[in-house]
Amino acid sequence: MLEPRILICGEYAFAIEYGTTVDPDLNARVLALDAALNAAKMPGVVETVPTYRSLLVHVDPLVADPAALAAEALKLARTVEPLAASMRRWRVPVVYGGAFGIDLEDIAARHELTPQQLIEKHSAPVYRAYMVGFMPGFTYLGGLDQSIATPRRENPRAKTPAGTISIGGIQAAVASVEAPSGWHLLGRTPVRTFMAKRDPVFLLAPGDEITFEPVPAGRWDELDRRAAAGDPVAEIVPS
Amino acid sequence: MTRLAVKSCGMLTTLQDGGRSGYQRYGLSNAGAMDRTALAIANLLVGNKPDAAAIELAVFGGELVVEGGEARVALAGADCPLDIDGAPVPALTSRRVAAGSTLRIGAARAGVFAYLAVAGSFDVAPMLGSVSVHLRTGIGGLDGTPLKAGDVLPLRSHRIEGPDLELAANPEPAPGPIRVVLGPQDDLFAQVGIETLLSSEYQITAEADRMGYRLSGPKIAHADGFNIVSDGIVTGSVQVPGTGVPIVLLTDRQTTGGYPKIATIVRADLGRFVQLRPGSKVRFAAVTLQEAVALARSDARRTASLMTAIRPANLDRLDSARLLGLNLAGEAVDASAGGPSKAS
Repeated sequence: MLEPRILICGEYAFAIEYGTTVDPDLNARVLALDAALNAAKMPGVVETVPTYRSLLVHVDPLVADPAALAAEALKLARTVEPLAASMRRWRVPVVYGGAFGIDLEDIAARHELTPQQLIEKHSAPVYRAYMVGFMPGFTYLGGLDQSIATPRRENPRAKTPAGTISIGGIQAAVASVEAPSGWHLLGRTPVRTFMAKRDPVFLLAPGDEITFEPVPAGRWDELDRRAAAGDPVAEIVPS
Repeated sequence: MTRLAVKSCGMLTTLQDGGRSGYQRYGLSNAGAMDRTALAIANLLVGNKPDAAAIELAVFGGELVVEGGEARVALAGADCPLDIDGAPVPALTSRRVAAGSTLRIGAARAGVFAYLAVAGSFDVAPMLGSVSVHLRTGIGGLDGTPLKAGDVLPLRSHRIEGPDLELAANPEPAPGPIRVVLGPQDDLFAQVGIETLLSSEYQITAEADRMGYRLSGPKIAHADGFNIVSDGIVTGSVQVPGTGVPIVLLTDRQTTGGYPKIATIVRADLGRFVQLRPGSKVRFAAVTLQEAVALARSDARRTASLMTAIRPANLDRLDSARLLGLNLAGEAVDASAGGPSKAS
């Protein structure tokens, strides 16, 4: 395990980085530091953002010196014990390929797989939700079968659809709203991970487990209608 | 109840305030005015708090009618002509406006974002702590979308009293390169890549919106690939994807991302940066963290000094402007009704 270190993100933020990899233990330490830092209520700390392997801390440099705050946070980072994350397991329906996942065939070919084999490899693992970021409700997953890991596109696409199921590098994701992306689009889910007028507004949380259930394109309309009406569509299943 | 009825406006006209905080952990970025100093000036000219909600206009102007009561308005930021019922209003001056009057804002002659503030601000319910529209998410404002012809914005109940105000100081920030603090991933770039960023001239491309500005110019060399495990992004992050050409991420940005970030624009220079139009040239210069903190402090002092430079508007000039306005009424600049979006 690497020693945690400070990354400078301008004068209004810094990050405490535990490592550079996707690792459930690193992520558990990030969530622990997040909880500890917020409990400490240090003046000048505005907002924290837990990610896979680091904690981004937004600060107000007019209230407290960011270098001093970062040094304090680093001290805390060295001492916190990893949190046992809550373990809910979700089953998320996905329509793969075609217009729902325009990169499925290309990515299958790159790995010398048939599209069906790629679907099986993508939907087999139990993923862990490491963070919600990028866009509201966009959930980053660890646990991708490393034999289908694929570097991101050199040039991100300006628009990808809401609910896109994608892979980028060694990561996988459930997208929420329409957004730009440099990841590869394998399928789409009707699940709304973020819905401003639903309670809960955000469906998935870091620490949750996610499984994907391939469903035929013919079921899309019905599932999408239910999701639009506020039905989570994703189910919590026994782990 | 006093209302502002939108008769026409550009496609990226949105309600914006100081933005929302506390939801970045759920992937929801701040939103809020692109140029916070300009928002503050417009608000202070009508007696509001600096972060109150105002209408942000991007390049194109618009036409709005005051209904149901009188109002006081002010415009700041990008240099846009403003007239009230055909009478030109000098820049950075608030005006008391009678019910039934038409505000006509022309397209920006320089800069990108202008702010129209009204005394008392708008009576619009905040969503997750702010009325700021976050376009990609579809929240904030009246219905999560930009303003359009036919929208009616209710004003908070507010007594219009005292004189009109003007800003007796030049709000233009000092020119020069845009200052950055290197990091958080400057160690993932070759030394030559950092030198490229700091020694080259870049240009703002047409792919520029509230999420970010894509630049064009010399490619920045990574040391070892361009994939990192996604981490947090701040406003002003200079991200370098595989193309080697930087993208500056702004207030509607994604909260996390997996391209390395070579540097962060200091907050004091962010307003100046976002007012650069597509085609504008830009250079970057590195400062240390401690220098950036000092710049943040001097920027706060500059904003405070603008507050003390707000005083009752010169009545003589008001009269001559009115006379001039009568002569020019027939030739007043037409506000753009829409036009192509400059967004990607």
